[in-house]
Amino acid sequence: MIRAHYGRVLAALIAWLRDFDLAEEALATALLRAVETWPRRGQPDNPPAWLLSVARRAALDRLRQSKVRAAPLARATLAMLAEEAEDMPNADTPIPDERLRLIFTCCHPALAPEAQIALTLKTLCGLSVGEIARAFLVQETTMAARITRAKAKIAGAGIPFSLPEAADIAARRDQVLAVVYLIYTAAHSAYEGDTPTRTDLAHEALHLAELLFALRPEPEVEGLLALLYLHESRRCARSTESGALVSLRDQDRGLWDARLIAKGRAHLAHALGQRHPGAYQIQAAISALHAEAASFAATDWAQIAGLYRALEGLAPSPVVTLNRAAAIAFGGDAGAALEMLAPLQAALASYQPFYATRAEIHAQLGAHAAAKQDYRRAINLSSNSAEQSWLAAQLARLP
Amino acid sequence: MQYMALIYSAEGASDVDEQTLMAQYGTFTQDAVAAGVFKAGDALQPIATASAVRVKAGKPVVTDGPFAETKEVLGGYYLLDCANLDEALAWAAKIPTARYGTIEVRPIIVWDN
Repeated sequence: MIRAHYGRVLAALIAWLRDFDLAEEALATALLRAVETWPRRGQPDNPPAWLLSVARRAALDRLRQSKVRAAPLARATLAMLAEEAEDMPNADTPIPDERLRLIFTCCHPALAPEAQIALTLKTLCGLSVGEIARAFLVQETTMAARITRAKAKIAGAGIPFSLPEAADIAARRDQVLAVVYLIYTAAHSAYEGDTPTRTDLAHEALHLAELLFALRPEPEVEGLLALLYLHESRRCARSTESGALVSLRDQDRGLWDARLIAKGRAHLAHALGQRHPGAYQIQAAISALHAEAASFAATDWAQIAGLYRALEGLAPSPVVTLNRAAAIAFGGDAGAALEMLAPLQAALASYQPFYATRAEIHAQLGAHAAAKQDYRRAINLSSNSAEQSWLAAQLARLP
Repeated sequence: MQYMALIYSAEGASDVDEQTLMAQYGTFTQDAVAAGVFKAGDALQPIATASAVRVKAGKPVVTDGPFAETKEVLGGYYLLDCANLDEALAWAAKIPTARYGTIEVRPIIVWDN
């Protein structure tokens, strides 16, 4: 319950204090106070305003006590903040929503990509350093150092806590969307151990996409939201209880979440209606075609291949071309698909799905020896045991 | 905040002739001055004129040129006074060499006393 307010209250505190650490410290104090007093006295009418007000007082106390921060600059800030604190929000004041500014700051392109992801999860979602470290399979100390460096750069390099200028906003928004999408994909594809355990990250990514859409209701933002709903609709079908990966072809479509599919399709239809197509809307449209198909074989592969071609036009990449080739192969033209793959090999030489896809195409064409060789390469390139056992099962099926 | 924009490029890599480039730099400098952003800026002589000095065992040792073979070399700088990094980056992107080289943007440390 309390965590639901975390990002919003923290964003308001950072907007006020311009100091990530001080804001986090103050919010931690306020949360502790809440845990102590709410069960006894009952929850306040406006919990986020209560938290903000307590945290602001805690921050001011901390500033007054701290000798380190009492540099001339900080003293001036303190005087100003103390004055502002006179009109602290009471229980009735709605607190300003500064989360959009916060997410643009956390996803600033001057920060390292992995720091953008970590900082977003820490500040907007309120995940602990330990939780983020476990999700990305790095040591807690490594993750803590990464976050500390990023915060130091924000302060030291003068990364602003503001929305980008109009000229930059589209590129910077795409950066934010990419971070949210990466958080989601980390949740369902990058796990290494024996079972997929990162459902939390998927929820955080969905929550961020919903938040972004509420704050900036633009077609591409809605496209990403639709894409995540549609991906998420297949979660239960994507792996067995023991953690084995189930490919799209073999998934029990009865396990797909109809409510999430409906939400995804509704958002997609609305986004496409704005007539500003973009990469996320196209990917969501592809996902929606899968959702509509009664079976893998009955999928509208021609339309999917066409959508991948549109995606190549907007954001060309060898991976997109690989996906188009796969759609063409599933649509029945394995020969044409194989020809498309040849020029991609150099760029995708160490990309596991390249070999897995080509193996399938070889198998379709009856070239079993070539298919086996590619499955073996794919297995060697995979670091994920669920994925490896799926590939091994495909290999074993070949005559 | 003050930002140092360090201008790196391979020597002779310009995408326009020298006269045009000088004119473009002139325009950039005028714009930066007019906006109140310009604090300082200079171009450096070619890398062939560079000398390196290190103190070894208490004695200065002077050698020719830079320390390592690098493709892009420091060719000049601007010192810009901007509200924040976004503004500094926007100015840096307008430096003509940004089209064919790299502009490294570094904040200047402000000593408190």
